[in-house]
Amino acid sequence: MKFVDEFRDGEVARALARTIATELQPGREYRIMEFCGGHTHAISRYGIAELLPAAIRFIHGPGCPVCVLPIGRIDNAIDLATRRGVILCTYGDTLRVPASKGMGQSTERAQHANPNDLHPPEGARGEATPMSLLKAKAQGADIRMVYSSADALKIARDNPQREVVFFAIGFETTTPPTAVAIQAAAREGLTNFSVFCNHVLTPAAIQNILDAPQVRRLGTVPLDAFIGPSHVSTIIGSQPYEFFAEEYQKPVVIAGFEPLDVLQATLMLVRQVNEGRCEVENEFSRAVTREGNRKAQKLVAEVFELRPSFEWRGLGEVPYGALRIHRRYQDFDAERRFGLEYHAVPDNKACECGAILRGVTTPKDCKAFGTVCTPQTPIGSCMVSNEGACAAYYSYGRYRDAAKPEERAA
Amino acid sequence: MSRRSDYLRPVDFKHGLVDLSHGAGGRAMAQLIEELFLAEFDNEYLRQANDQAKLAELKGRVVMATDSHVVSPLFFPGGDIGCLSVHGTLNDVAMCGARPVALSAGFILEEGFALADLRRIVRSMAQAAREAGVPIVTGDTKVVERGKGDGVFITTTGIGVVPEGVEISGDRARPGDAILVSGYLGDHGMAILSLRENLQFATSIVSDTAALHELVAAMLAAVPGIGVLRDPTRGGLATTLNEIARQSGVGMVLEERALPVREEVAAACELLGLDPLYVANEGKLVAICSAADAQALLAAMRAHPLGRDAAIVGQVIEDSQHFVQMETAFGGRRVVDWLTGEQLPRIC
Repeated sequence: MKFVDEFRDGEVARALARTIATELQPGREYRIMEFCGGHTHAISRYGIAELLPAAIRFIHGPGCPVCVLPIGRIDNAIDLATRRGVILCTYGDTLRVPASKGMGQSTERAQHANPNDLHPPEGARGEATPMSLLKAKAQGADIRMVYSSADALKIARDNPQREVVFFAIGFETTTPPTAVAIQAAAREGLTNFSVFCNHVLTPAAIQNILDAPQVRRLGTVPLDAFIGPSHVSTIIGSQPYEFFAEEYQKPVVIAGFEPLDVLQATLMLVRQVNEGRCEVENEFSRAVTREGNRKAQKLVAEVFELRPSFEWRGLGEVPYGALRIHRRYQDFDAERRFGLEYHAVPDNKACECGAILRGVTTPKDCKAFGTVCTPQTPIGSCMVSNEGACAAYYSYGRYRDAAKPEERAA
Repeated sequence: MSRRSDYLRPVDFKHGLVDLSHGAGGRAMAQLIEELFLAEFDNEYLRQANDQAKLAELKGRVVMATDSHVVSPLFFPGGDIGCLSVHGTLNDVAMCGARPVALSAGFILEEGFALADLRRIVRSMAQAAREAGVPIVTGDTKVVERGKGDGVFITTTGIGVVPEGVEISGDRARPGDAILVSGYLGDHGMAILSLRENLQFATSIVSDTAALHELVAAMLAAVPGIGVLRDPTRGGLATTLNEIARQSGVGMVLEERALPVREEVAAACELLGLDPLYVANEGKLVAICSAADAQALLAAMRAHPLGRDAAIVGQVIEDSQHFVQMETAFGGRRVVDWLTGEQLPRIC
């Protein structure tokens, strides 16, 4: 495939890996966090860590939109689809994320509010299995999988008598399309369309990771460098990372999602570390500029505003780490329209997703990993999305440990 | 068939709609059966107008398979639910090396479904059955109220006979065996996907839906000792190989470079974040045979129109964990796991 195969060339990859190996300083470890799930997926899928010496350690970051969505927000979405009877439009990945076990109760209340509404969910019968959007759908909620915000808009147009809510999640890449949908709805006077906004911001999360005590007090989670986001950076540009390079003295290389991009970025980071440089470099120059996509930024600024605080799964409350819909578009804000209340829900005790998302631990160190928590039966969100560290490792990396239990698992 | 009609007016196949009377057992149902199903499927068994078909005596081990079809949309590039419902069951019968003998067809129709569409579907089934040389010998029609179905669902059942000496089963893969596929992977799934209401994209991909029993017969003529045959439908090649690996208690290693995937399919998968290894096929098979027979089998497959693009794609290995792995074109090795969740509902 043209423009794809070039970035997956095995020969070039091995040559790059050899160059990296020769440039490593003896006795030194290079701990590189790839922020994005897209990079995590590429590293696992193509076996990149296997090509590299053990001194290079990839630490998987929180850049997977499904993974960082806190349970309470999934509960809100289920509530919308069951108790409020809306058509909930969602990306497919979100369907299987486990919500809280208590979700049945809110649906039970719905029984009183609307006796014709739904069959009693499992939770209402006293069984303690976590809900999910998929289960709510099976119980009769009108939940539709969409591939874009435009699909949700079309569903709203086609169902003028129903409330249609788009469950918007994602980083800076998916935010502009949501903004476009909201503006289109405003232009068309679509009164039955609203957005449950869960868009989050990458730089805030990186700062949160760097400010974490485990990272600040060197030792627990030493981080030497960052592979910067790929698609996110096409929107926000490379400029926002300059702060991290300067303030936190961490080199950043923005890289594409193809395996050769990751290897090239690794080489650039190794060189920065070796030379004691802390700069923002751009490996993904075929798509990313310093300023980013000004038009998209303007659009986002028009439709959204910063949330003073937002809970991220794994990171906790992140100040200014997410967006909400600006007052001028408040009619399209599902939180306002339905008066949604947020209740934080703690993770399952056995689940290490939080620590994994912070880079404090690895999937295979979690007791639940591969035993009770698998892609078929996810307990934590990292096992749900194929960009999640656990799912990527489970799908692509397990056999390496089975074959060589002593080997590290990157 | 030219015979005097017992009915005042013929069924209106131009503007008519299915109504509840078409499934009620009365005159309307009898007329629909006569003027549509009997007229199109026409064979000696149906002409007897009994509730069952009496077949001639069958010699050998009889196999039976059934398959329900709920594909959406009903019509897609390269086929429709009609021919798909014939091919699907014929292939299930054929995947143990059997020669299919007869089919049955059960229809669940939704009130309000256009009779024109129904006739188009039935004609497509009739043509597929004729081409396969396997008659549809008995059937059933039910109608559900509007909103309780989705146009039409079709269940077909097939029986067939396994030739003497043929022993094909999912537990017969042995370490050292070769893994072959009969052609390009992922065509059916991507053809369906390209039409989904929220995902329309322009493409030249057409479904590969086809009946494979004649290909199987040609393969068995060349290599009677084929160990495993299976058609990688839902879940694609990856899921099929994982099933076989577990059943046989073996592992497998695929060679990514050897996997036949069309450029268009690979590109569409890339765009949508899908993996062609998990995309459904409806006219492809996987065969596993000893390494010594592999070239002969490949040659036999390539000599048949439905196996023209066949390839040897990997081998069976010893592995207590039953992993299916793949040597990637990139130069690494990765697990090719079971499909999780569903990539796409109602693909067949």
